[in-house]
Amino acid sequence: MHIVVCIKQVPDSAQIRVHPVTNTIMRQGVPTIINPYDLFALEEALRLRDRFGGAVTVLTMGPPSAEDSLRKALTFGADRAVLLTDRFFAGSDTLATSFALATAITRIGETWGAPDIVFTGKQTIDGDTAQVGPGIAKRLGLIQVTYVAKVAELDPEGRTITLERRAEGGTQVLKSQLPCLIAMLEGTNEVRRGTMADALSAARAEIVKWNAKDAGVEDLGKCGLKGSPTIVKRVFAPAARSEKAKVIEAPEGGSLADALIADVFARQPHLEADLTALARGF
Amino acid sequence: TKKELPEHFKAYKHVWVFIEQERGQVHPVSWELMGEGRKLADKLNVELAAVVLGAEGETVRHAVAEAFCYGADLVYVGADAVLADYRNEAYTAAMTDLVNTYKPEILLLGATTLGRDLAGAVATTLLTGLTADSTELDVDADGSLAATRPTFGGSLLCTIYTLNYRPQMATVRPRVMAMPERVEKPIGRVVEHALQIREADIVTKILSFLPDRDSNKSNLAYADVVVAGGMGLGSPENFQLVRQLAAAMGAEYGCSRPLVQKGWVTSDRQIGQTGKTIRPRLYIAAGISGAIQHRVGVEGADLIVAINTDKNAPIMDFAHVAVVTDAIRFLPMLTDAFKRRLSAHSRDKMAS
Ligand SMILES: Cc1cc2nc3c(=O)[nH]c(=O)nc-3n(C[C@H](O)[C@H](O)[C@H](O)COP(=O)(O)OP(=O)(O)OC[C@H]3O[C@@H](n4cnc5c(N)ncnc54)[C@H](O)[C@@H]3O)c2cc1C
Ligand SMILES: Cc1cc2nc3c(=O)[nH]c(=O)nc-3n(C[C@H](O)[C@H](O)[C@H](O)COP(=O)(O)OP(=O)(O)OC[C@H]3O[C@@H](n4cnc5c(N)ncnc54)[C@H](O)[C@@H]3O)c2cc1C
Repeated sequence: MHIVVCIKQVPDSAQIRVHPVTNTIMRQGVPTIINPYDLFALEEALRLRDRFGGAVTVLTMGPPSAEDSLRKALTFGADRAVLLTDRFFAGSDTLATSFALATAITRIGETWGAPDIVFTGKQTIDGDTAQVGPGIAKRLGLIQVTYVAKVAELDPEGRTITLERRAEGGTQVLKSQLPCLIAMLEGTNEVRRGTMADALSAARAEIVKWNAKDAGVEDLGKCGLKGSPTIVKRVFAPAARSEKAKVIEAPEGGSLADALIADVFARQPHLEADLTALARGF
Repeated sequence: TKKELPEHFKAYKHVWVFIEQERGQVHPVSWELMGEGRKLADKLNVELAAVVLGAEGETVRHAVAEAFCYGADLVYVGADAVLADYRNEAYTAAMTDLVNTYKPEILLLGATTLGRDLAGAVATTLLTGLTADSTELDVDADGSLAATRPTFGGSLLCTIYTLNYRPQMATVRPRVMAMPERVEKPIGRVVEHALQIREADIVTKILSFLPDRDSNKSNLAYADVVVAGGMGLGSPENFQLVRQLAAAMGAEYGCSRPLVQKGWVTSDRQIGQTGKTIRPRLYIAAGISGAIQHRVGVEGADLIVAINTDKNAPIMDFAHVAVVTDAIRFLPMLTDAFKRRLSAHSRDKMAS
């Protein structure tokens, strides 16, 4: 089995601050992490490799510093890491990102064997679109299964896979074929801590670095800003509401709870009747 | 970033909304989008079309009829047995076929698990732009779709355009847009499109569907009243106070994100940017500071009540009413007071 896992290095958004005056993002000093959702995809890939043998290749597109995330992935036990980095990729939207990643996955396949499964996370915590997984699948002509909660069965010889997929109002159990792309749901497994041996070899491991040409990109017009149909025009802060909340106080000798309820129902006259009806079991 | 729409895209006209249905039900987000789509179509002076895909039968017929009541000028129908249950391959093929045949300029989908799965695949197949999770849709002076969405963890908003590609695609999360009024209308123009998809060509087969058990299904997004708790409650035991108030009012309960991360409450109860968007008539937030990521999920509520010990908490900037007090002591009193008030009424009414 050859499994490719796409991971994105993202700013630890819990630590992003917005400048109070200029409303610009203060990115300086914000630490970067592996997109947390991608760790579930990585863990699932490692489990399948441990069970069926083979190798896990982790792939990221990003600035040279994204090497840190790849090295981290190696400490968890991934077998090799590919960093796709080139100024031509700057400003990619999801369509351009899926093009670059799909091209690199094709090259990975030519170099180390065609992947049986490509994993992505459900979405990232920065762009947060959940569009790159489906994009890669379409570009590569792979079956796409998103929001996967569980790989229920895998038959490497028969080339079939049974997956449980989170859907609106329930779980779809579906049977499909390899190769496929799986976007893994969060909380579906417990991410391993990695062994000492993995940590040691990760520190020494060589990260494969490809620019657009190395990855096999022929048409640079499909990359970066040029290859991105979406254009971000305005960035602005949400408007503040003009008045502050009205603070309710307890009347002399009265109850604060009753005062609050009276105010709420005065503002929402029909709500009281509806809640009463509900309380009576209609 | 100037608009230079290539010649072959100039034939793309009209606004489309994908009507999402699974197992006999139209997802309400589709009607919410029809409300928005109507406004866009009117501004552009074009038609609003609903797109209904599914297996031929009652469900599809019902969705078509309803689409007119929610403002459709016409409905495109792709009815075929291969579309009985949602599968990406079949739905992507059907949707791209419709787009290539009838050429809409704008295509809107709900940002549900189904809508996101479909939208990403369709946009990539059509090689066009797709804006995710828009919170506001508008058209500019030159007729371009301006889709606004939160960025950087919700602290800022950005407006995204797809100037030179068609269709311009966007997804919108449930409850972000208001539900338009349903107006009884006769069935209008229906375009039935014959799809050329064969079951034999669809690799993925559905083995079964396991519906969520009702007991843990939350109806948070569509609840009339929501009571939520945050870190101010201090412990998972105290979160019971939120559940009790919700039960007394017949409300749904929810929470801020840290409570999910700590494992006090299940993730389907999280309210906010990375959880559910709610639009209740009444929202009571106890011990929640009102961080921007929480705020964007609750701003559509008609009335927001904050219970917080800090009169300067950020939530005071967008709540309508507040009590500055210890929620752990106050919630039981509020629960009792609501019980008394609601049952007193029902006694009155029963007596009369
Ligand atoms: C605030 C903000 C808003 C944006 N809005 C839009 C928008 O509406 N439409 C649009 O087209 N673009 C948008 N973009 C650009 C978009 O974020 C980038 O194209 C980005 O490269 C990938 O999208 P994502 O972060 O949303 O990934 P998602 O689609 O959420 O990622 C899904 C999975 O794909 C994989 N993946 C994603 N990126 C990489 C990568 N660089 N390397 C390896 N694997 C990866 C990961 O496994 C990830 O879990 C936005 C960017 C920002 C910062
Ligand atoms: C990318 C990203 C996405 C996020 N998505 C979400 C999301 O979807 N939803 C979400 O909620 N958060 C989200 N967050 C987290 C958000 O930034 C805040 O950290 C979170 O909302 C804070 O939760 P809280 O208000 O419960 O806790 P705190 O901010 O700790 O606030 C506790 C409040 O309780 C008050 N308090 C303390 N004691 C009492 C008492 N006894 N009685 C009454 N009040 C008391 C305090 O004054 C304070 O205002 C996200 C963050 C990031 C970075």
